[in-house]
This record gives sequence, C-alpha cells and structure tokens, in this order.
Amino acid sequence: MSEQKIDQYRRDFFTKAGATAATGAIAPGVMLMQVGQAQARPLDQAISNKNRWGLLVDSNKCADGCSDCVKACESENAWGSGSSDEQKSDASQKAQWIRTVTLKNKLTGSEHQLPMMCQHCEEPPCVDVCPTGASFKRADGIVLVDKHICIGCRYCMMACPYKARSFIHEELTDQSPDVPRGKGTVESCTLCVHKIDRGDGSTACADACTHQAILFGDLNDPSSAISVEMKKHATTQIRADLNLNTGVRYRGI
Amino acid sequence: MKPVVHYSAIEGRSLAFWGLLGTFGLFLLLGLGAVWVMEHNGHYVTGMNNHIVWGLPHVFAVFMIIAASGILNVASIASVFGKKMYKPLSRLSALMAIAFLAGGLMVLMLDLGRPDRLVIAATYLNPKSVFAWNILLYPGFFGAVAVYIWFMMEKRMNQYSHQIGLFAFVWRLLLTTGTGSIFGFVVARNGYDAAVLAPMFIIMSFGFGLAIYLLSLMATCRWTGRELGDNVVRQLKNLLGVFIAAMFYFVFVFHLTSLYGTENHGFENFILMDGGLFSQLFWIGWVAIGLVLPLAIVYHPGMSKSRAWIGIACAMVIAGGLASMYVIIIGGQAFPMSIFPGFDVSSSFGDGQVASYAPSIWELGLGIGGIALALAMTTFAIKVLPFIPNSLSDELMDPHYKAADPEEISGDSEATA
Repeated sequence: MSEQKIDQYRRDFFTKAGATAATGAIAPGVMLMQVGQAQARPLDQAISNKNRWGLLVDSNKCADGCSDCVKACESENAWGSGSSDEQKSDASQKAQWIRTVTLKNKLTGSEHQLPMMCQHCEEPPCVDVCPTGASFKRADGIVLVDKHICIGCRYCMMACPYKARSFIHEELTDQSPDVPRGKGTVESCTLCVHKIDRGDGSTACADACTHQAILFGDLNDPSSAISVEMKKHATTQIRADLNLNTGVRYRGI
Repeated sequence: MKPVVHYSAIEGRSLAFWGLLGTFGLFLLLGLGAVWVMEHNGHYVTGMNNHIVWGLPHVFAVFMIIAASGILNVASIASVFGKKMYKPLSRLSALMAIAFLAGGLMVLMLDLGRPDRLVIAATYLNPKSVFAWNILLYPGFFGAVAVYIWFMMEKRMNQYSHQIGLFAFVWRLLLTTGTGSIFGFVVARNGYDAAVLAPMFIIMSFGFGLAIYLLSLMATCRWTGRELGDNVVRQLKNLLGVFIAAMFYFVFVFHLTSLYGTENHGFENFILMDGGLFSQLFWIGWVAIGLVLPLAIVYHPGMSKSRAWIGIACAMVIAGGLASMYVIIIGGQAFPMSIFPGFDVSSSFGDGQVASYAPSIWELGLGIGGIALALAMTTFAIKVLPFIPNSLSDELMDPHYKAADPEEISGDSEATA
C-alpha cells in the first residue's frame, strides 16, 4: 500500500471520527430542544399562567366498579395494559398514574369510589423537595417530571400526600412517542399535557368517562364549564389542610 | 517533664492486616456487584416498590451519614470544648468521620434510579429542596474535616486547629439537621413531619458515632499492640452512657408528642403495638438492644470494667441504631397515608393497606458494601498516615496522672506527616 493511500485512509478516518463525535455532541442538545419545544407548545403561543388547567371529579357520578378512566389513561399514555412493558415488576412495583379508590364511610358504612391521580397542586410538595428541579410546575399549573434531569432519588414520592407518583423499576421499550418514560425515573399523571398542547382541549380520562364524572377545563376562565360547575356546587380539595391549592377538585366526598 | 503524645502510622505488614483489609475489600466488591445487578436490571430486583420507595440502602446510608457526624464529636470535644484527654483521639475521629460519610454517600448515590446522572445532582440545584441543601453540606463536611486533619497533623497549623474544629463542629450540626429534616419536613406522612426529628438525629449521631469510634479504637489498639489506658476507656464509655440516656429521652419525647395528637394514634399504635416486625424492631431492637441493655452495661459496676462488655455495649448501640433507622424509614412509609380521614379506603395501589417490604440480598449487599468502604478507608489510612498515637496510656492522656515517665515513644509525626 502506498504512503499516499495510507494518508487518504487516515484522512477519511479522522473526518468520519470527527463527524461522529460532533454528531454525538450535538445530538443530545437537538433532542432536548425538540422535547422542550413539544412541551413548550410553540406553534402559536407560549405557555402562560393565563390558564390553570384542572379537573373536577364528581364522585356521585363515578360508577362503582367502572375503571374506564384508568383504561383510557393506560392506553393514551402507554403504561399498564396500554404497554407491553413492566413485565418483570411485581404489582407493587408497576406504575399507576390513575387509580380508582373505594371509600367506605367509617360511621355510616356508605361506599363510593373516585379516581385519584396527581392533583396538580399550585404548591406541589414534590417540586419543593426535588433536589435537581426535575419535578416542576408549568406556568399553566401542570406538574410534570423532566425525565432528562430526574436522578431517581424518589424524594418526591415520599413527599407527595396523594401517592400519585410511580418509579420505573425496569427497562422500558414500548413507550408512546408523546409520553417520555424511562427506567430509574419517577412519573405521574401529566394531565395529558401532550393533548393539551395539541389543542385537544381534554384529557383521556375525561374523554373516556361515560358518566360525565370527570370534567376538564381552565380554572382561570370564569366562563369555562369547570369554573361554572365549581361556582354552582360545593367542591373539595383532598387534604385541603395542607393548603396546596390543588388543580383537581372533587364533589361528593 | 510533660509527657508528649507521638503518633505514627501502623506497621500494617502482617498477614492479619492484609487479611482484614482484604475482607473489607471483598465486601466492598460484593456491594459493587450488588449495585451492578440493581442498576443493570432496574430496581425490580430489589424489595423496594412504589409504596416503600426508600428501602434497606437508605437505612444503612442514613445511619452511616448521621454516625459520621457523630464520630467527629470526639475531636470536637478536644478542640471546641478544650478537653485535653480527647486531643490524641482527634485524628482518628476526623478520619473515621470522613470514611463513614463516604460510605454512607456511596450507598445513597448508588441506590439512585439513575446514578449515572450524579453530575446533574451537583449542577442542577433546587434551592428549596432539603436534599439539595444536603448535597452542599456533604462536600463542605469533607472539606472542613480534611482541613481539620491537616491542621492537626501539620505543626505549623496546629494553632488554628481550634478554629477549624469549631467550624467543623458547627458544620456537622448543620449536616445532621439537614439529614433529620429530610424526614422532618415530609408533611404528608404521620411517621415523619416532626421538627423534633432533626435534634433527635443529632443526639442519635452522638450515640452511634461514639459507639463506632470506641469499638474501632479498642480494636485498633488491641490489634496493633498500642496501649489504651483504662481511664480513657472509662471516660469514653461514661460519655456513651450519657448519649444513650439522651437518645432514650428523645425517643420518649418523639412518641409522647406524637401520641398527644389523636390523628397520630393510628401510626403510634402501628409502631408501638400492632406493627408486627416494626413493633418488634422498635421494642427489641431499638429500645432493648439499642438503649436499655447498653445503658445497663456501661453503668454496671462489674461489666463496665470489662472491655469485652463495653465492646458488646457499643455493638448493641450500633445494632439498635440500624433497627431505629429501619423503624423510622421503612415503618414511616409502610403505614398508610391518611388521604381520606374518616373513611376506610381500598384501591389497586395499596391505599389504606400497610405496605409490605422484603429487602433483597442486593440491597443488603450495597449497605454492607458502604460499611466495608468506610472500614477499608480507615484501615488503609492509618497505615499510610500517623493517625493513631503510639500510646494512649493513662499516664499520657490524663494531665493529672502521677507517673514518672511517659510510655516509650517510637516514630514521630513530623517524620511522616
């Protein structure tokens, strides 16, 4: 092999190696920007605190034994039955973004059920305790986990008064492109943030509830259906004593 | 002539020394192997779940972190409170404080869901997070104590050892307050949410730290053939007795204040009566083994004169300390959160149920690996640097001791420092 040819090989090698290194260095940044843009709903408007997204759950309407909201959430966000993942985790280790809780009054014995999920607090304890700021609240009141900087310390799970968060105990492969999830990080209900940013104007659980027990809307808009309902009827926050000003409100507890 | 204390590195050439270091190294390797299994597969291989999110690694890590700051007490008593007898004991105290914090942090960090993102923990800090405060307190402790050791070993800097000792003492109080507040500020759970947890952790650190120190000191002196005066042991074990009594007081106050509020009756009933393993660990592990029996031993007229019994008392305080961490950390999570007061609740996510937790061998391996790291660091450091006085005889240690000549002195700190 001639000297020149070797030099050419060398040049090619260094060019390709350089290109690979540059791609490696830039790609994560590009990816981050893309994810950031998706969350930032950049197409027509920025997220602002003009909106405060929330849910009103009427537990009187929530039908016993029904779990349509849970199933809809699973399929929309690709967890539980909506994904082929988490086969190795046992029942107590599997993620659960929304669950139905059955309440039996200790005094009267009356029973009813309601869905529980992240309550999207205005003063979220999970955000306070998160060492890296991975747990954060958007300007529009949605509480999320930034999967890029979550270190998996689980302090937010200790601090959440609603048991709303789950830790991912194994490798995941079957995720939805809209819903980033990953081993070793914590997750919870995103209030279907991807749907909100897309302009769907609802969440999967609210869409799926045939009993109209879940109402999604803008708590800051006095003319929204949720605000009108909340003005008309007495509603409660779960653990109102903690003064967290939750974005999810209930009737009939 | 005023007796002078001289320090020297231990010889560390015997088969027993290398055997000991090798044993610690082996446990450290096994611990790292356990980490590999946990991180490679994910936390599903552990006993931890979405209800018990902090398991056995946190029991070991928190124990070691609070013990680390307590171990430094021995040095603080000399430099901050001016007790001369403790001065020769200071170097080892500072060394072990660093080693135990390193071991505890190793366990804490390697139990993260994403330990590969450790650099994020250091570069993205949420100023409101108690955890983030701790992330700043740990390196500060390492730094302060390292400088403290340097000032103690370097003759020219000796004059400043009081100042740095005071700084390290204040820093260690902050550190343990931070550790206690990780739990104390969790308002959501009955078992935590108590301001008394921070001072209780400080007192526990005094007890755990001194027990670890005294046990290590007795073992080191015995295995290296260096004299350790009876009076020194007597004073340290008396101090341990005081710390145990103080721990007892705080445990009592913690549960008494908790019991006063009706809302906490369920939790107190769980820990003190119906909690199964947790109640057993509380009464047998924490109270009996960790407090009552060692207190009886260190004040017993006969037993308190036997180093074997004092060693057993130290080991009991350590075992009781681990039990107390298990009761606080795991028990606090196992008891169901009161989300809907006035209702019996049930769900597919363990609402209203006592959460079950069976620690896996990997978590135990990681915890023991952390202790092995601390002991290996200590064992290695005393071989390369003069941490241990050549003699801790009563003649040398007690300024009022009437003796003709100090113990034989060999080696000099200046030569090796």
